[in-house]
Amino acid sequence: MTTPIEILKKKKQEAIDRIYNKTYFSDKVIYVGMASCEIAAGAKEVMEIFKDAVKKGQITTYVTQRGCVGMCSVEPTVDIVEKGKMHTRYIKVTPDVAKRIIEEHIKKGQIVKENVYFGSKQKSIVICRGAFCLNQKTEDVIEEIEKEIKQRNLQDKVELCFSSCIDLCDEGPIVIVYPENRIYTNVKVEDVKLIIEQDIINSKQAEGVNVLQNGYFKFIKILGDYKNFKRQKRIVLRNCGIIDPENIDEYLLVRGYEALAKVLTYMTPKQVIEEIKKSGLRGRGGAGFPTGVKWEITSKEISDEKFVICNSDEGDPGAFMDRSTIEGDPHSIIEGMIIGGYAIGSSKGIVYIRAEYPLAVERIKKAIEQAKKEGFLGENILGSNFSFDIEIRLGAGAFVCGEETALIHSIEGHRGMPRPRPPYPSIQGLFNKPTLINNVETWANIPFIIISSAELFNKIGTKTSKGTKVFALAGKIKNTGLVEVPMGIKLREIVDEIGGGIIEDKKFKALQTGGPSGGCLAEEHLDTEVDYESLTSVGSIMGSGGMIVIDEDSCMVAVAKFFLEFTQNESCGKCTPCREGTKRMLEILTRITEGKGQEGDIEKLERLGNMIKKSSLCGLGQSAPNPVLSTTKNFKDEYVEHIRDKKCRAKFCTNLLTYEIKENCIGCGACKKVCPVEAISGSPKQIHKIKQDICIKCGGCWRVCKFDAISRN
Amino acid sequence: MQIKDIVQEKKQQNIQILKEYLESFKNRSRAESNLLTILHKVQELFGYLDKEAIEEVATIIQVPLSHIWGVATFYHYFKLKKPGKHIISVCLGTACYIKGADEIVAKLKEELKTDLGGVSEDGLFSFEEARCLGACSLAPVVMIDDKIYGNLTPQMIPQIIKEYKRKHKE
Repeated sequence: MTTPIEILKKKKQEAIDRIYNKTYFSDKVIYVGMASCEIAAGAKEVMEIFKDAVKKGQITTYVTQRGCVGMCSVEPTVDIVEKGKMHTRYIKVTPDVAKRIIEEHIKKGQIVKENVYFGSKQKSIVICRGAFCLNQKTEDVIEEIEKEIKQRNLQDKVELCFSSCIDLCDEGPIVIVYPENRIYTNVKVEDVKLIIEQDIINSKQAEGVNVLQNGYFKFIKILGDYKNFKRQKRIVLRNCGIIDPENIDEYLLVRGYEALAKVLTYMTPKQVIEEIKKSGLRGRGGAGFPTGVKWEITSKEISDEKFVICNSDEGDPGAFMDRSTIEGDPHSIIEGMIIGGYAIGSSKGIVYIRAEYPLAVERIKKAIEQAKKEGFLGENILGSNFSFDIEIRLGAGAFVCGEETALIHSIEGHRGMPRPRPPYPSIQGLFNKPTLINNVETWANIPFIIISSAELFNKIGTKTSKGTKVFALAGKIKNTGLVEVPMGIKLREIVDEIGGGIIEDKKFKALQTGGPSGGCLAEEHLDTEVDYESLTSVGSIMGSGGMIVIDEDSCMVAVAKFFLEFTQNESCGKCTPCREGTKRMLEILTRITEGKGQEGDIEKLERLGNMIKKSSLCGLGQSAPNPVLSTTKNFKDEYVEHIRDKKCRAKFCTNLLTYEIKENCIGCGACKKVCPVEAISGSPKQIHKIKQDICIKCGGCWRVCKFDAISRN
Repeated sequence: MQIKDIVQEKKQQNIQILKEYLESFKNRSRAESNLLTILHKVQELFGYLDKEAIEEVATIIQVPLSHIWGVATFYHYFKLKKPGKHIISVCLGTACYIKGADEIVAKLKEELKTDLGGVSEDGLFSFEEARCLGACSLAPVVMIDDKIYGNLTPQMIPQIIKEYKRKHKE
């Protein structure tokens, strides 16, 4: 009898053949990043230009797409891979730049210097840092290379980049030298010197180091450069920005469905659960419940029917991790869910996803169809006696549906309101049957853990938090985007090293993690480690992964008000503390920002907030006061200033501002003309005056004054 | 044939399509659990939750009307009013908020002469808020139909609106 592993092997070979036969990987390939964010930045137009050029016969290049690599601030991105040439990435590609790339790079081999991100130097060293061999040996080699480059002053000649898994996992560490495309295998630290001296400096194959001899270049795709990716570790996003998410063949190429085949061939459901427990994986939706324990409880329930749910109702404003993961690598989530189904004894999976993510919905739909066609979903998966199917259900824009019991009600066709727990969904969930709910990021971790072992996963991170975490970096930061970092990294490293610091070199004020359920951390908390417990101890939460950087221009009272407005609006109204309490808190915050704050308001907010936290029914209410409580604690000065001095230091709360005309007014009258309430008086060429009792503080005069003669305080 | 009749005929066609669609749920177990899926279909066909269409849903799936409206009003995504020809969604996500989305909203209000949630008088534009469009690096952003406008300033708004109005006249 053929085992699932053997069937998968055959399928993988067929996939590779298909890829070659379709001249899929010709000698020149153009990859255009096509995720929602890239499309928003104009990737579709860029894609059309390349496709058009191929259609018209101007170039003979294979044009394909890939998901989001996470470099949001410089999108759209385009990669050019060519045999015997440097692997090049272009950033901020407008239609005009795309035309130049065709004319100059593709046709004449000249790099468009203005937009190149990497691949413009004489040589590049690419190190395979694929998820499956995240081992120390590779890290040591990387360090040695970095040291050698610095010591020999080779920075202008060579650059260091990372590739995703190239499926030579038994022969790592792997070092590839471009443009020759020499693949050195089993590289040891002492080999680095040989490679640098012989290959980088003299362009000869390094003697004494193992070299792989064949045209394997086609599968190597570069993830990113040393500078931005050094501190990242990609497990969940291992294929994002690497494979074409709409083609299952490419997923098979990067060891896709191997975990499923392994499970079906060698492991009992109990062993799978043990492995997940051993890995130390905790739920990535925010609460951090141990995943393996959840699986175990669900598996022990006896029922004629059980369900597996993927919670993709990512509703936090400012968070887009799950969207990018689904858009970039939908099959990894499907594979994780099938394994979950096998472990708990379920044959039915449901992906609950936001209707506001049309591209993600389309991609997961397509992926499910392909998986069915290839026999990874449906009856008797890979020839085993296990059957599993997945259905998609669309959300409809209710933040509370991220809460598991509310989500279940929504799938059942009701208003998405939570109910008290216990019973937990593991025991009584969808249609009152035992139900296993995990979030997108949690599911995407599963295939990795199965393939590369729980021990390896367990080695990454801190004592209580294992593995990695994906964050959506946004706000006033230079490199906005999607990053995946090992647990235990310091917040400061994310903001300064990966994020590149604050835009316009302004002063950092706060870091908001966990969206409307999280808190705002001040400068002194930046040395906190990313870890469920550490973040909670300083007043925020890990949350699902939103991370927003706030600079001196934002008012913390107003930020707290913004988040509370959101949760207040999204409160389902079922329990009184959340429905009424958040409303009262919002009223207090509103009056503070309007300059009507009263002594004792801070204490009132704190008392009310703590009460709501303790007495609300679900996670939404229990965490809604966090943005307020963390700001009254960490930014108390600002509250005091608003209430006592009626001043907003960020000059954000308009009602607290005073506009005055200074001595240097030349009396041009521009402000007088623009004032909507005629609060400004003065004769031409005389210093004008603003009547404070009439002024509505719209700021029109301040904006229009060309002589900087109006003060705003 | 008058425009009114054409609209009416189109609506009847859509009702027919909906009826056929609903039949496919009739004999399924737990048919009522597909309510959200069905409401999405209604909105796709009619652009909003048309009253007549909802009555069909209640009859065929055998769910009380009150329950359907209860569910429909719970979720922001479902539109209860006929929308404008173009949908303008202003992103009010955190990143956009930090970068001045409120000024964009104010300018749009002025241009469209309607509040958030309303439809402009000429029926051309629905004015809506979006929670987060996920294009945070382009903040502040506005989405008109499927097109994203990023890095906006209030000064850029009139020109954008004018462009749509011009296209429509043609």
